[in-house]
Amino acid sequence: MFADHLEEIRINGIKASPGICIGKAYMVDQEGVDIVERYYIDKQHRSKEVKRFKAAVRKAIDELNEIITNAPEEFQQHTGIIETHMVLLKDKMLYDKTIQLIEAEGINAEWALKRIVAGLKSMFRNISDTYLRERTADIEQVSDRIMRNLVGADKVNIGAIDKRVILVARDLSPAETSQIQLERIKGFITDRGGQASHTGIIARTLEIPAVVGLRNATRLINNEDLLAVDGTNGVVVIHPSDNTLVEFEERQQRYEDYLTLITRESHHRAETPDGHYVPVMGNIELSEEVVSVRDHGGEGIGLYRTEFQYLSRSEFPTEDELFDKYREVVEVMAPLPVSIRTLDINGDKAIGANGNDEEPNPALGLRAIRYCLKNPELFKTQLKAILRAAVYGNVRIIFPLISNTQEVEDAQKLLQEAADELDRTGVPYNGDIEAGIMVEVPSAVILAEELAKMVDFFSIGTNDLIQYAFAIDRGNQNVAHMYQPLHPAIMRLLKQVADAARNNHIGVYMCGEMAGDPYFVPVLLGLGIQELSMNPLSIPAVKRVIRAIEADEAKKFVNQALQETDVKRITAMVEESYGSILAKQIYKA
Amino acid sequence: MKQLARDVVIINKLGLHARSAAKIAAMAGEAHHPIWLEKDGQRVDAASVIEILTLMCPQGTQVTVVIDHPDDTGILNAIVKEIESGFGEI
Repeated sequence: MFADHLEEIRINGIKASPGICIGKAYMVDQEGVDIVERYYIDKQHRSKEVKRFKAAVRKAIDELNEIITNAPEEFQQHTGIIETHMVLLKDKMLYDKTIQLIEAEGINAEWALKRIVAGLKSMFRNISDTYLRERTADIEQVSDRIMRNLVGADKVNIGAIDKRVILVARDLSPAETSQIQLERIKGFITDRGGQASHTGIIARTLEIPAVVGLRNATRLINNEDLLAVDGTNGVVVIHPSDNTLVEFEERQQRYEDYLTLITRESHHRAETPDGHYVPVMGNIELSEEVVSVRDHGGEGIGLYRTEFQYLSRSEFPTEDELFDKYREVVEVMAPLPVSIRTLDINGDKAIGANGNDEEPNPALGLRAIRYCLKNPELFKTQLKAILRAAVYGNVRIIFPLISNTQEVEDAQKLLQEAADELDRTGVPYNGDIEAGIMVEVPSAVILAEELAKMVDFFSIGTNDLIQYAFAIDRGNQNVAHMYQPLHPAIMRLLKQVADAARNNHIGVYMCGEMAGDPYFVPVLLGLGIQELSMNPLSIPAVKRVIRAIEADEAKKFVNQALQETDVKRITAMVEESYGSILAKQIYKA
Repeated sequence: MKQLARDVVIINKLGLHARSAAKIAAMAGEAHHPIWLEKDGQRVDAASVIEILTLMCPQGTQVTVVIDHPDDTGILNAIVKEIESGFGEI
C-alpha cells in the first residue's frame, strides 16, 4: 500500500483508442483540489488569510451537519463517519497547524493546508499496519472538503492542467473534453463508457490511447500514481513493475514504428486489387485536425463536425467567425471535398451557450436538424458561413439526424433563404454545392428511396444508427455489448441504404466509427459503400486493408452473409474469409 | 503537579481507527488541561484524532490514558470506560 513497495495491479476495460502510454495519473473528479495556487501574504494580511481558512472549515462543518440532518432515518446509523470527519476538521494537527503555518510563513491557506496534509500522509506512510490505510483517506477527504471551500471549486476545471498526464475520470462529458488542453494529455481512462462513447471518439481524434468502461479505476487509482495504459488491448496497469515498464516501452516503440510504416504508404490512393478505387477521408472536429488528415493520407474530409465552436463559450459564434474556420479547412483541403455537417447539438453534446433547459432524454430530444429548424436564424447563420466558405474549395453540406422528408424540404428551404440573403448583401458565396443527409435514424433507412430522390448523397452515421436500431446507449456499459455493427439487423439496414442510393444514382458514404475499423472494410466494400471517412489515425490501416481485398469477391461474400440471421455466424464468416488477410494488414499488439 | 494514569486494553475489533479515535478526541477536547495517550513509551495528545491514529493501536493493544490535572479525573474515567466498552461497536 505504501509508496516503496506498491503492488502492480492490472485492470481490464474496453479498448477505446489504440496506442500505449506511460505516465502519472491525474484524477479529474478531484480537480480544483489537486492543483492549488501558491502565493505569499504580507504580514498585515495574514490574519485575514487565517480567517478565510477558518471560514472554509466552518463551511465544511456546516456542510457535514447538513448531510447528517438530511440523511434519511435508515442512514442515521451510518453517519458516524461523518461525525468523525467533523472532529477531524478541527483536529489540531490539521486545523491549528495550518493556521500556524499561514501565520509563520505567510503562505496562502491552500498551500499551507496542502503542506500540512502532505506531512500527515508521510507520517502515516511509515506505519506498516494495513489497518491504517483508510486513515489517510479520511484525512484526505476532510482536507479536500476544506480545499473545495477555499478555492470555491464546485465545477471541474480541467482546462488548467499544466503537466503531461493520463486523465482518470468516472466519465468525461463532451463539455469537459472540449476544455482540455489537448497537447497536455497522454491518455484517458474512465470508469464508464463503451467503445463508441464520446470519450473514445475524442481520444482517437487526438491519437492518444484510451481505455474506458473500467468500472472502478477511479477507486483504485490515486492522483500521481504511475500508470501504463494499453489502449490497443484495453489494459491499464497501476504501479507497473520495472519489467512491465520495459515491456510497455518496447511495445510503444513497435507500435510507433508500425504507424510510421503504414503512414508512409498511405499517401497513395487505395485501390482494390481488381481496380476499384475507394476514397478514404478523415473526420474532424477542430480545424487544426486537417493537418492530421493530410499527414495520414486522407483524401478529403468526410465529416466536419461543427459543434466545437458552439461549446465551451457563453454565446453563439457569429457568421464571420464560423466562415473563418470553415474557409481555413476548405482552403487547405481544396480541391478535395470537405463535408460540413450542420450543427448536431443538444444530443450528447450539451451546448454551452444555451444549456439551461435539460431534456430528460436528449438523444431522443430536440437535437441536430430538429433543433436547427426550431432556431432558423441560428441555423441560417451557419448555412451562410458554409456557403461563403464554398467559394474557396469543394464543399458538401450534410444535414444530421434526418428522420423524414419534411425535414429535408425545410432544411433545403432555409439553405435557399440563406443564399438569397447573401445575394442581397452582395457577399460572395457558392450556392452550387452538393447537399446530403446523415442516414442515422432507422426511419430514414425505411424512407431511403424517397429521400434519395431529394438529396445528392447519403452519409451513413453508424454510431447513432446502431444505437437507435437496437435502442441502446453506447455509453452504457450494461448494454454496450449489444453495439454490434455486423449484426444482421444492421447489415440489412446498410444494404437498404446502399441499394436506394444506387437505384437513384446518388453517392453513398460512411462516416461512422464502423468506417474507421479495418475489420469491417470487406463488408463495407461488399455493400458498395463508395467513400469511407474516419478519424485520421485510422486512415493508413484502412487503406492498407482496401488494397488487399477484391471488391467483387467482397460483394459475393456480403450477399452470402446477408442470408445469415446470427451475428456470431457473420462474425465467423468474416474471420474465415478475411481473417488471415486482416491479421497480416492490421497491427496486433 | 501530579499526573494520574490508567491502563486500558483496546478490545474492539477495528482498534483505534478514525471513528473511535474521534470519540476519545472529542472527550479529551472537553478537558481543561492536556490529556495524553501513551503506548510503549510514545505519548500523543488525546485531543487529536490524527495523533491518536499515529500511535497505531490495533485490537489487543494496551494504552495508558494520562491526565495532567486531577480536575480531569472524570474525563479520564469516561475515556477508559469508552475504550473498555469497545466504543459500542463490538
